[in-house]
Amino acid sequence: MKAAVIVFPGSNCDRDLAIAFEKVTGTKTKLIWHKDANIPNGIDIIGIPGGFSFGDYLRVGAIAAQSPICKALVDYVNSGGYVLGICNGFQILTETNILPGTLMRNQGLKYICSEIELLVENNNTAFTHGFQNKQNIKLPIAHHDGNYFADNETVKSLNDKNCIAFKYTKNPNGSVDDIAGVLSQNKRVLGMMPHPERLNDQSLGGTDGGLIFGAIESMLS
Amino acid sequence: MKFTINITLKKGVLDPQGLAIKNSLTTSGFQNIIEVKQGKLIEVDIDEENYDNAKKVVSKMCDVLLANTVIEDYKIMLNQ
Repeated sequence: MKAAVIVFPGSNCDRDLAIAFEKVTGTKTKLIWHKDANIPNGIDIIGIPGGFSFGDYLRVGAIAAQSPICKALVDYVNSGGYVLGICNGFQILTETNILPGTLMRNQGLKYICSEIELLVENNNTAFTHGFQNKQNIKLPIAHHDGNYFADNETVKSLNDKNCIAFKYTKNPNGSVDDIAGVLSQNKRVLGMMPHPERLNDQSLGGTDGGLIFGAIESMLS
Repeated sequence: MKFTINITLKKGVLDPQGLAIKNSLTTSGFQNIIEVKQGKLIEVDIDEENYDNAKKVVSKMCDVLLANTVIEDYKIMLNQ
């Protein structure tokens, strides 16, 4: 499996995400600069990292979504490609309309950095088949704008089509329906606010995050 | 031609920042506040003489980038 990570000005989890992929692939993760207009051939999955692309100016993820690479990303998704967007990566995926809804300021208005508990809502995907359905897992969150919002109709459709990957057991940020991670309809794109790349080694305090990367590797290799 | 764009949250979308401002105003002694909403104001100056054409372009700017129409409404006003 060959992974790539897109780097925007202000990304700060790009190297962590690249290393998380390298740990399971054994090969170097390709870093793609946001001004590149093409995704190299032979990439099996693209990671969109956390951070504060373009300083979160205007709206989180909005300016990154206009980058040349995001046009190529939309084509990649439309041709059935796999994408994992974490935190700011999730925000960028909603701003490109690859995933529905949007991420708003946390309801409590504070930046939250803590470990939270998630419920696996759909374990029948390339990202989550390492978990049991309804399994409780722990992952860190670190965000100011993680309050997922979509209208009632969209939330119903996400539930009906099994497009919710994770829900918070104790909603930290006001997200509608406790949603922490959203899947595309073909289940090949996952956007999530929690950071699996930050919990993929015992030395980091746990391996629940690593199970996501292991699952991707076993599916795509 | 100069335009001012007001971007506000749609009705029904919770505005925690507006709520925090309202609470702070109340604490500061301002009574009878019904609601406070926070939005964005953006000014755009474009090189176009025809009002209809210019407004169309600014509308497109709002749809493409300036507003997120999932949660926000926008109003475009010509600067006199």
